[in-house]
Amino acid sequence: MKLKWEESGLKSDMARARGLGSARNGMHHWLNQRITAFANVFLVGWLLFFSLQIIQSGGGYDEAIRMIAHGINPILMILVVVSIFYHAALGLQVVIEDYIHHEGIKTLSLVVLKLLLLAMAVACIFSTLKVTL
Amino acid sequence: MTTSTAPQKHPRPLSPHLQIYRPQMTSMMSIAHRITGVGLAMGLILLTWFLVALADGPDSFASFTAFCASWFGTLMLMGWSLAISFHLCSGVRHLFFDTGSFFEIRHAQMAGYIVLAGCMTLTTIIWIAAF
Repeated sequence: MKLKWEESGLKSDMARARGLGSARNGMHHWLNQRITAFANVFLVGWLLFFSLQIIQSGGGYDEAIRMIAHGINPILMILVVVSIFYHAALGLQVVIEDYIHHEGIKTLSLVVLKLLLLAMAVACIFSTLKVTL
Repeated sequence: MTTSTAPQKHPRPLSPHLQIYRPQMTSMMSIAHRITGVGLAMGLILLTWFLVALADGPDSFASFTAFCASWFGTLMLMGWSLAISFHLCSGVRHLFFDTGSFFEIRHAQMAGYIVLAGCMTLTTIIWIAAF
């Protein structure tokens, strides 16, 4: 289905031919950045609180394991990881798109960034589950 | 529509060039939000290291805590806590902007100063709790 504005001449013929117009994903990106931002206000608040607890416990291994496995902490940790990494991926994507103008390097950077963040997030979630279960 | 290349009587307005634009509190807050965001994303390496080391065992965790206790690690943690405080407060300001609030320059600046005060307060609380 074609939207009305696609035919309205807002884009030049050349831009339309090159396919460099809107990919129609902008709203999704914008909204998810805000949703994760809202979640992060609370989740990062917990992460700060948790980190300070870990620091105050003196840096012992057994104590740290006990704290992360305690109650709903592992659930909160996984939620933090998902929300933070997703938010970081969306934010860094915009930074790369703003400052890297070479089309090939830009695309490669975006792919490497997203794969790297995904791998780190999976490592975080796996580790949290491993010390908890 | 004409496509004349003759010099125009009234040049069209250009968007401000960053290099010659007078720094303002609002623009500095905006770029600081981005810089702290990138810094925090790099800090995710530390979060990943913490969790993976914890899962790997006491020896790995000991090298993680040793790094955090070193002067470089402590400096990173202090910088990270400052960045997180700023990005958190500044991010809430941006969420208010998204609702259409504080668009008057006077209000935007006032919200900026509140963010700076909140950032300093939060950072101080974290550092007091950590040391």
